[in-house]
Amino acid sequence: MKEKIRIGCGAGFSGDRIEPALILTEKGDLDYLILECLAERTIALAQKRKLQNPDLGYDVLLEKRISGLLPLLLKNKTRLITNMGAANPIAGAKKIIELAKEQGLKVKVAAVFGDDVFSFLSGDEYSLENDIPIYSYGKLVSANAYLGVEAILPALATDVDIIITGRVADPSLFLAPMIYEFGWEVDDFEKMGKGTVLGHLLECAGQITGGYFADPISKPIPDMHILGHPFVDVFKDGHGVISKVEGTGGAITPQTTKEQLLYEVLDPFHYFTPDVIADFSSVKIEEISKNQIQIKGGGGNSKPETYKVSVGYEAGFRGTGEISYAGAHAVERGELAAEIMRLRLKDKIQNLKIDLIGMNSLHPSEFSKESQPYEVRLRVTGMCDSLSLAQEIGEEVEALYTNGPAGGGGARKYVEQVVGVISTLLERDQVKPGIQLFSA
Amino acid sequence: MKKLAEIAHSRAGDKGNILILSLIPFDSNDFDLLVEKVSADLVKNHLKNQVKGTVTRYVLPDLKVMQFTCTDALAGGVTTSLALDAHGKSLSYALLELEI
Repeated sequence: MKEKIRIGCGAGFSGDRIEPALILTEKGDLDYLILECLAERTIALAQKRKLQNPDLGYDVLLEKRISGLLPLLLKNKTRLITNMGAANPIAGAKKIIELAKEQGLKVKVAAVFGDDVFSFLSGDEYSLENDIPIYSYGKLVSANAYLGVEAILPALATDVDIIITGRVADPSLFLAPMIYEFGWEVDDFEKMGKGTVLGHLLECAGQITGGYFADPISKPIPDMHILGHPFVDVFKDGHGVISKVEGTGGAITPQTTKEQLLYEVLDPFHYFTPDVIADFSSVKIEEISKNQIQIKGGGGNSKPETYKVSVGYEAGFRGTGEISYAGAHAVERGELAAEIMRLRLKDKIQNLKIDLIGMNSLHPSEFSKESQPYEVRLRVTGMCDSLSLAQEIGEEVEALYTNGPAGGGGARKYVEQVVGVISTLLERDQVKPGIQLFSA
Repeated sequence: MKKLAEIAHSRAGDKGNILILSLIPFDSNDFDLLVEKVSADLVKNHLKNQVKGTVTRYVLPDLKVMQFTCTDALAGGVTTSLALDAHGKSLSYALLELEI
């Protein structure tokens, strides 16, 4: 058993930058690299790609991320754990093998499956959001349980270089190697809580090194253009020191750490993952030197009895149109355009939202009552049952060129098919994860 | 009167239709002032046209941070919302507009 391991996080969402992970793997002296690439609805969209082609359904950026990382991972003996398998971890593992063969590299990959529980659902399960049966939302397209460390541990016990999963709770990607390397017991909830704190702090990558934090007036952060991603030295007792590669941009400070600790946490005294109900309130954050933050405390004393399941459903079509106004009376002309759009569309589209970007698109109207921007952009968007109706929104906005206020410019229109996501719960014994091994 | 932005910072997070806003003083000495002045009711009133549900406040004295968990706050949540900022990521700065 080791006394200390180093885990880096090279991606915090599906669209994250590629370069920081390359720098982390090249220069970070990592034992493990984690790439966290799944958001709530990413997996539902991936499920649709898999339905069209059973060889797809893994992360669309997998090839781009893995191709560059593979030689570095193997050279430095860094194991990769990633949820880039999305809706199809087995196809993702096969793709990695193919990429390795193209580069003449030998690699072993484990795919973790079992999160896809679509076939186990009847539709009568109740949603956590609105307490109504999930079938009532629309046509269901996917259902994935948030797996915990127990799905990853069997893969760690093999000699694979890469572990690719579908839906796994984000902190579990980090906690699993801690359990494996330190010999922690999974019912040692104090340790599970501490490891979950460290995983949670790292899982959004650049969000602890100054990303989503920087404000040039109140919270300046240096060299944002080369923002580094973080790593953590985890010690056997469960404490950790978070840092980043020398020479990268950004900063890790008690302030960036506090913001990330509470990020997306509903209740800091009871943070639910499949592994533990963790307590974040007792975490101690200490700056031991520049860009080195020591994390102690945190804990937990039980785990949830059920798995959370994300269910995707077809929610209709969202149509959007935009057009801009500038100079004298820009706001008034934008408001006139908004009123024209409301009158032209209100009888066809009930679920319509009309904003003036520059005034009230991000925050409620009252916050900008004293603001007088030089330019504004009208945005009209609505949810429709049909593609053709959704397209009409953008068409009507574009037609403001010749049928609306003076000086309208830069009209754009777009339509997207919307997959909504709701949640439900499943008993633990209904979910049975497994692994499949591949090698090149 | 001063805006919260002068003495504190905030990060917004989302879970479904629930908005989570942290409130962290730049200077730990201002923590007690924030606890005294920035109640859940005050935040609910400040964001009443955004937050249709309830606001629950969590106070973490060891870390000297607070958090506000706001239900029915994101027009249905990120996947089906019609909002430009469907996650509500910019709403941390709406909280910081609050004057105390």
